[in-house]
Amino acid sequence: MTVRASFASGVRDGTGPAAATFVLALSYGAAAAQAGWGFWAPVTFSMLAFTGAAQFALLTTLASGSAVAAVSSSVLINARYIVMSVALNDSLRGSRLRRALQAQALADPSFVLAHRGGGRFDAPRLVGATAPQWLCWVTGTAVGLLAQPSPGLLEALGADVVFPAFFLLLAMDEVRRSPGALLAAACGAVIAGALLLVTEPGYALLAGTAGALVGAAHGGSAHADDSEGDR
Amino acid sequence: MRIWLSLAAVTVATWLMKAAGPLALGDRPLPPAVRTVVGLMAPTLLAALVVVEVGGPGWSGLDWRQLVGVAAAGVVRWRGGPLPAAVIAGAVVTALLRLS
Repeated sequence: MTVRASFASGVRDGTGPAAATFVLALSYGAAAAQAGWGFWAPVTFSMLAFTGAAQFALLTTLASGSAVAAVSSSVLINARYIVMSVALNDSLRGSRLRRALQAQALADPSFVLAHRGGGRFDAPRLVGATAPQWLCWVTGTAVGLLAQPSPGLLEALGADVVFPAFFLLLAMDEVRRSPGALLAAACGAVIAGALLLVTEPGYALLAGTAGALVGAAHGGSAHADDSEGDR
Repeated sequence: MRIWLSLAAVTVATWLMKAAGPLALGDRPLPPAVRTVVGLMAPTLLAALVVVEVGGPGWSGLDWRQLVGVAAAGVVRWRGGPLPAAVIAGAVVTALLRLS
Protein backbone atom coordinates (compact mmCIF):
# COMPACT_ATOMS: atom_id res chain seq x y z
CA MET A 1 0.00 0.00 0.00
CA THR A 2 1.33 3.46 -0.81
CA VAL A 3 2.01 6.00 1.91
CA ARG A 4 -0.92 8.09 0.74
CA ALA A 5 -3.33 5.13 0.74
CA SER A 6 -2.14 4.06 4.19
CA PHE A 7 -2.61 7.56 5.55
CA ALA A 8 -6.08 7.77 4.01
CA SER A 9 -7.10 4.41 5.49
CA GLY A 10 -5.90 5.67 8.87
CA VAL A 11 -7.95 8.85 8.59
CA ARG A 12 -11.02 6.81 7.65
CA ASP A 13 -10.71 4.36 10.53
CA GLY A 14 -9.65 7.12 12.92
CA THR A 15 -12.96 8.99 12.57
CA GLY A 16 -14.79 6.57 14.90
CA PRO A 17 -12.38 7.03 17.81
CA ALA A 18 -12.27 10.73 16.88
CA ALA A 19 -16.00 11.06 17.51
CA ALA A 20 -15.51 9.43 20.90
CA THR A 21 -12.58 11.76 21.54
CA PHE A 22 -14.79 14.76 20.81
CA VAL A 23 -17.28 13.71 23.50
CA LEU A 24 -14.48 13.18 26.00
CA ALA A 25 -12.97 16.55 25.07
CA LEU A 26 -16.32 18.25 25.73
CA SER A 27 -16.26 17.01 29.31
CA TYR A 28 -12.59 17.93 29.64
CA GLY A 29 -13.31 21.48 28.48
CA ALA A 30 -16.28 21.77 30.82
CA ALA A 31 -14.24 20.48 33.78
CA ALA A 32 -11.36 22.85 33.00
CA ALA A 33 -13.75 25.80 32.85
CA GLN A 34 -15.18 24.84 36.22
CA ALA A 35 -11.69 24.53 37.70
CA GLY A 36 -11.00 28.11 36.62
CA TRP A 37 -8.29 27.35 34.07
CA GLY A 38 -9.43 30.06 31.66
CA PHE A 39 -9.70 29.38 27.92
CA TRP A 40 -6.21 29.35 26.46
CA ALA A 41 -4.42 27.10 28.95
CA PRO A 42 -6.66 24.06 28.36
CA VAL A 43 -6.80 24.63 24.58
CA THR A 44 -3.01 24.97 24.33
CA PHE A 45 -2.61 21.92 26.53
CA SER A 46 -4.90 19.89 24.26
CA MET A 47 -3.07 21.06 21.13
CA LEU A 48 0.43 20.33 22.39
CA ALA A 49 0.08 17.40 24.77
CA PHE A 50 -2.89 15.62 23.12
CA THR A 51 -3.26 13.12 25.90
CA GLY A 52 -6.71 12.68 27.41
CA ALA A 53 -6.09 10.76 30.61
CA ALA A 54 -3.08 12.79 31.76
CA GLN A 55 -4.85 16.09 31.08
CA PHE A 56 -7.83 14.99 33.17
CA ALA A 57 -5.48 13.81 35.90
CA LEU A 58 -3.61 17.11 36.05
CA LEU A 59 -6.90 18.96 36.31
CA THR A 60 -8.00 17.05 39.39
CA THR A 61 -4.63 16.60 41.12
CA LEU A 62 -3.50 20.21 40.70
CA ALA A 63 -6.64 21.40 42.46
CA SER A 64 -5.92 19.37 45.56
CA GLY A 65 -2.19 18.97 46.02
CA SER A 66 1.34 20.16 45.27
CA ALA A 67 2.26 20.91 41.67
CA VAL A 68 5.16 18.44 41.69
CA ALA A 69 2.96 15.59 42.88
CA ALA A 70 0.27 16.55 40.37
CA VAL A 71 2.71 16.62 37.46
CA SER A 72 4.38 13.33 38.35
CA SER A 73 1.14 11.43 38.80
CA SER A 74 -0.16 12.80 35.48
CA VAL A 75 3.06 11.81 33.72
CA LEU A 76 2.83 8.35 35.22
CA ILE A 77 -0.52 7.75 33.58
CA ASN A 78 1.29 8.06 30.25
CA ALA A 79 4.17 5.74 31.06
CA ARG A 80 2.66 3.15 28.74
CA TYR A 81 3.71 5.41 25.83
CA ILE A 82 7.30 4.34 26.52
CA VAL A 83 6.33 0.71 25.94
CA MET A 84 4.31 1.60 22.85
CA SER A 85 7.14 3.76 21.48
CA VAL A 86 9.66 0.92 21.81
CA ALA A 87 7.17 -1.41 20.13
CA LEU A 88 6.71 1.04 17.27
CA ASN A 89 10.35 1.86 16.60
CA ASP A 90 11.15 -1.07 14.28
CA SER A 91 8.39 0.03 11.94
CA LEU A 92 9.59 3.64 11.63
CA ARG A 93 12.05 4.83 9.00
CA GLY A 94 14.57 7.65 8.81
CA SER A 95 16.79 9.42 11.29
CA ARG A 96 16.32 9.32 15.04
CA LEU A 97 14.68 12.75 15.05
CA ARG A 98 12.39 11.82 12.18
CA ARG A 99 11.31 8.68 14.01
CA ALA A 100 10.81 10.60 17.24
CA LEU A 101 8.53 13.05 15.40
CA GLN A 102 6.48 10.26 13.82
CA ALA A 103 6.11 8.64 17.24
CA GLN A 104 4.33 11.79 18.45
CA ALA A 105 1.28 10.43 16.61
CA LEU A 106 0.98 7.71 19.28
CA ALA A 107 -2.48 7.43 20.81
CA ASP A 108 -4.13 4.28 22.15
CA PRO A 109 -6.64 3.77 19.28
CA SER A 110 -4.07 4.70 16.59
CA PHE A 111 -1.48 2.32 18.01
CA VAL A 112 -3.97 -0.51 17.62
CA LEU A 113 -5.36 0.57 14.25
CA ALA A 114 -1.82 0.77 12.85
CA HIS A 115 -0.93 -2.73 14.06
CA ARG A 116 -0.45 -5.00 11.04
CA GLY A 117 0.08 -8.13 13.11
CA GLY A 118 3.26 -9.74 14.36
CA GLY A 119 4.48 -6.52 15.96
CA ARG A 120 4.69 -4.62 12.67
CA PHE A 121 3.08 -1.20 12.45
CA ASP A 122 2.06 0.99 9.54
CA ALA A 123 3.47 4.45 10.30
CA PRO A 124 1.47 6.49 7.73
CA ARG A 125 -1.70 4.77 8.94
CA LEU A 126 -0.77 5.69 12.53
CA VAL A 127 -0.39 9.35 11.63
CA GLY A 128 -3.58 9.27 9.55
CA ALA A 129 -5.59 7.73 12.39
CA THR A 130 -4.33 10.33 14.86
CA ALA A 131 -5.09 13.34 12.64
CA PRO A 132 -8.91 13.36 13.09
CA GLN A 133 -8.56 12.45 16.79
CA TRP A 134 -6.23 15.39 17.39
CA LEU A 135 -8.59 17.73 15.57
CA CYS A 136 -11.58 16.50 17.59
CA TRP A 137 -9.67 16.64 20.86
CA VAL A 138 -8.71 20.29 20.32
CA THR A 139 -12.06 21.50 18.95
CA GLY A 140 -13.93 19.46 21.56
CA THR A 141 -11.90 21.09 24.33
CA ALA A 142 -12.73 24.56 22.97
CA VAL A 143 -16.43 23.77 22.55
CA GLY A 144 -16.56 22.25 26.03
CA LEU A 145 -14.98 25.37 27.52
CA LEU A 146 -17.49 27.63 25.79
CA ALA A 147 -20.66 25.55 26.09
CA GLN A 148 -19.88 23.85 29.42
CA PRO A 149 -22.23 20.88 29.11
CA SER A 150 -23.10 19.47 32.52
CA PRO A 151 -21.45 16.15 33.43
CA GLY A 152 -24.91 14.84 34.28
CA LEU A 153 -26.13 15.40 30.73
CA LEU A 154 -23.18 13.58 29.14
CA GLU A 155 -23.63 10.72 31.56
CA ALA A 156 -27.36 10.50 30.85
CA LEU A 157 -26.51 10.14 27.16
CA GLY A 158 -24.23 7.19 27.90
CA ALA A 159 -21.09 9.08 26.84
CA ASP A 160 -18.98 7.16 29.35
CA VAL A 161 -19.66 3.96 27.41
CA VAL A 162 -18.00 5.24 24.25
CA PHE A 163 -14.34 4.78 25.12
CA PRO A 164 -14.42 1.46 26.95
CA ALA A 165 -16.69 0.13 24.18
CA PHE A 166 -14.21 1.21 21.51
CA PHE A 167 -11.34 -0.39 23.36
CA LEU A 168 -13.33 -3.59 23.82
CA LEU A 169 -14.21 -3.80 20.13
CA LEU A 170 -10.64 -3.13 19.02
CA ALA A 171 -9.47 -5.78 21.50
CA MET A 172 -11.96 -8.27 20.01
CA ASP A 173 -10.54 -7.59 16.54
CA GLU A 174 -6.99 -8.13 17.81
CA VAL A 175 -7.86 -11.31 19.69
CA ARG A 176 -9.53 -12.75 16.61
CA ARG A 177 -6.23 -12.48 14.75
CA SER A 178 -4.14 -14.67 17.03
CA PRO A 179 -4.73 -17.23 19.78
CA GLY A 180 -1.83 -15.90 21.87
CA ALA A 181 -3.52 -12.52 21.94
CA LEU A 182 -6.46 -13.89 23.92
CA LEU A 183 -4.24 -15.14 26.73
CA ALA A 184 -2.19 -11.92 26.72
CA ALA A 185 -5.33 -9.78 26.80
CA ALA A 186 -6.87 -11.82 29.61
CA CYS A 187 -3.70 -11.48 31.67
CA GLY A 188 -3.54 -7.76 30.98
CA ALA A 189 -7.14 -7.35 32.14
CA VAL A 190 -6.61 -9.39 35.31
CA ILE A 191 -3.37 -7.62 36.25
CA ALA A 192 -4.87 -4.17 35.64
CA GLY A 193 -8.04 -5.10 37.50
CA ALA A 194 -6.17 -6.40 40.54
CA LEU A 195 -3.79 -3.45 40.70
CA LEU A 196 -6.66 -1.01 40.38
CA LEU A 197 -7.64 -2.08 43.90
CA VAL A 198 -4.34 -1.04 45.44
CA THR A 199 -2.82 1.64 43.23
CA GLU A 200 -3.49 4.44 40.75
CA PRO A 201 -4.89 3.71 37.28
CA GLY A 202 -1.58 4.74 35.67
CA TYR A 203 0.36 2.01 37.45
CA ALA A 204 -2.42 -0.51 36.78
CA LEU A 205 -2.28 0.22 33.02
CA LEU A 206 1.49 0.08 32.85
CA ALA A 207 1.65 -3.20 34.77
CA GLY A 208 -1.18 -4.59 32.67
CA THR A 209 1.04 -4.46 29.57
CA ALA A 210 3.10 -7.23 31.24
CA GLY A 211 0.27 -9.53 30.16
CA ALA A 212 2.00 -9.57 26.76
CA LEU A 213 4.96 -11.33 28.40
CA VAL A 214 2.70 -14.13 29.61
CA GLY A 215 1.12 -14.49 26.17
CA ALA A 216 4.56 -14.65 24.53
CA ALA A 217 5.94 -17.10 27.11
CA HIS A 218 3.16 -19.52 26.23
CA GLY A 219 4.22 -19.56 22.62
CA GLY A 220 1.36 -17.45 21.45
CA SER A 221 3.31 -15.32 19.06
CA ALA A 222 1.07 -12.93 17.21
CA HIS A 223 0.71 -14.51 13.82
CA ALA A 224 2.91 -13.40 10.98
CA ASP A 225 0.59 -12.03 8.33
CA ASP A 226 2.81 -8.97 7.91
CA SER A 227 2.04 -8.76 4.23
CA GLU A 228 -1.72 -8.79 4.58
CA GLY A 229 -3.35 -5.62 3.33
CA ASP A 230 -6.48 -4.08 4.81
CA ARG A 231 -8.15 -5.32 7.90
CA MET B 1 1.49 30.64 36.26
CA ARG B 2 1.33 27.45 38.31
CA ILE B 3 -1.09 26.00 35.78
CA TRP B 4 1.06 26.94 32.76
CA LEU B 5 4.25 25.54 34.31
CA SER B 6 2.53 22.29 35.26
CA LEU B 7 1.00 21.77 31.85
CA ALA B 8 4.31 22.58 30.16
CA ALA B 9 6.00 19.93 32.29
CA VAL B 10 3.38 17.29 31.48
CA THR B 11 3.52 18.21 27.77
CA VAL B 12 7.31 17.88 27.49
CA ALA B 13 7.32 14.64 29.50
CA THR B 14 4.64 13.23 27.17
CA TRP B 15 6.66 14.18 24.08
CA LEU B 16 9.73 12.46 25.51
CA MET B 17 7.82 9.31 26.44
CA LYS B 18 6.27 9.04 22.98
CA ALA B 19 9.74 9.48 21.48
CA ALA B 20 11.40 7.05 23.92
CA GLY B 21 11.70 4.18 21.44
CA PRO B 22 13.43 6.10 18.64
CA LEU B 23 15.55 8.13 21.07
CA ALA B 24 16.80 5.07 22.92
CA LEU B 25 17.08 2.60 20.03
CA GLY B 26 17.72 4.66 16.89
CA ASP B 27 17.67 2.21 13.96
CA ARG B 28 18.71 -0.84 15.99
CA PRO B 29 16.08 -3.55 15.52
CA LEU B 30 14.50 -5.30 18.50
CA PRO B 31 15.59 -8.87 19.24
CA PRO B 32 13.10 -11.47 17.87
CA ALA B 33 11.96 -12.48 21.37
CA VAL B 34 11.01 -8.89 22.15
CA ARG B 35 9.25 -8.65 18.79
CA THR B 36 6.95 -11.47 19.86
CA VAL B 37 6.03 -9.60 23.04
CA VAL B 38 5.53 -6.40 21.07
CA GLY B 39 3.07 -8.17 18.77
CA LEU B 40 0.88 -8.95 21.76
CA MET B 41 1.12 -5.45 23.21
CA ALA B 42 -1.91 -3.99 21.41
CA PRO B 43 -4.52 -6.52 22.62
CA THR B 44 -3.04 -6.53 26.12
CA LEU B 45 -3.10 -2.77 26.45
CA LEU B 46 -6.66 -2.63 25.13
CA ALA B 47 -7.92 -5.18 27.63
CA ALA B 48 -6.24 -3.29 30.47
CA LEU B 49 -7.75 -0.02 29.20
CA VAL B 50 -11.25 -1.49 29.20
CA VAL B 51 -10.85 -2.62 32.81
CA VAL B 52 -9.41 0.70 33.99
CA GLU B 53 -12.05 2.72 32.10
CA VAL B 54 -14.91 0.69 33.53
CA GLY B 55 -13.47 0.30 37.04
CA GLY B 56 -12.06 3.77 37.63
CA PRO B 57 -9.67 4.52 40.52
CA GLY B 58 -10.01 1.81 43.17
CA TRP B 59 -12.99 0.34 41.26
CA SER B 60 -15.00 3.33 42.52
CA GLY B 61 -16.34 4.11 39.06
CA LEU B 62 -18.11 0.79 38.57
CA ASP B 63 -21.65 1.29 37.27
CA TRP B 64 -23.61 -1.74 36.06
CA ARG B 65 -25.49 0.34 33.49
CA GLN B 66 -22.19 1.34 31.88
CA LEU B 67 -21.05 -2.28 32.03
CA VAL B 68 -24.20 -3.49 30.26
CA GLY B 69 -23.76 -0.82 27.57
CA VAL B 70 -20.14 -1.85 26.93
CA ALA B 71 -21.17 -5.51 26.77
CA ALA B 72 -24.01 -4.65 24.37
CA ALA B 73 -21.51 -2.96 22.06
CA GLY B 74 -19.43 -6.13 22.18
CA VAL B 75 -22.41 -8.30 21.26
CA VAL B 76 -23.40 -6.09 18.32
CA ARG B 77 -19.84 -6.22 16.99
CA TRP B 78 -19.64 -9.96 17.58
CA ARG B 79 -22.84 -10.44 15.59
CA GLY B 80 -21.16 -8.66 12.69
CA GLY B 81 -22.24 -5.05 13.23
CA PRO B 82 -19.92 -2.26 12.06
CA LEU B 83 -17.72 -0.69 14.72
CA PRO B 84 -19.33 2.79 15.00
CA ALA B 85 -22.84 1.27 15.07
CA ALA B 86 -21.82 -1.06 17.88
CA VAL B 87 -20.44 1.82 19.97
CA ILE B 88 -23.57 3.93 19.44
CA ALA B 89 -25.76 0.94 20.33
CA GLY B 90 -23.82 0.52 23.58
CA ALA B 91 -24.26 4.19 24.52
CA VAL B 92 -27.99 4.03 23.71
CA VAL B 93 -28.46 0.95 25.92
CA THR B 94 -26.79 2.69 28.87
CA ALA B 95 -28.75 5.90 28.25
CA LEU B 96 -32.01 3.93 28.25
CA LEU B 97 -31.08 2.10 31.45
CA ARG B 98 -30.37 5.45 33.11
CA LEU B 99 -33.80 6.79 32.16
CA SER B 100 -35.49 4.53 34.67
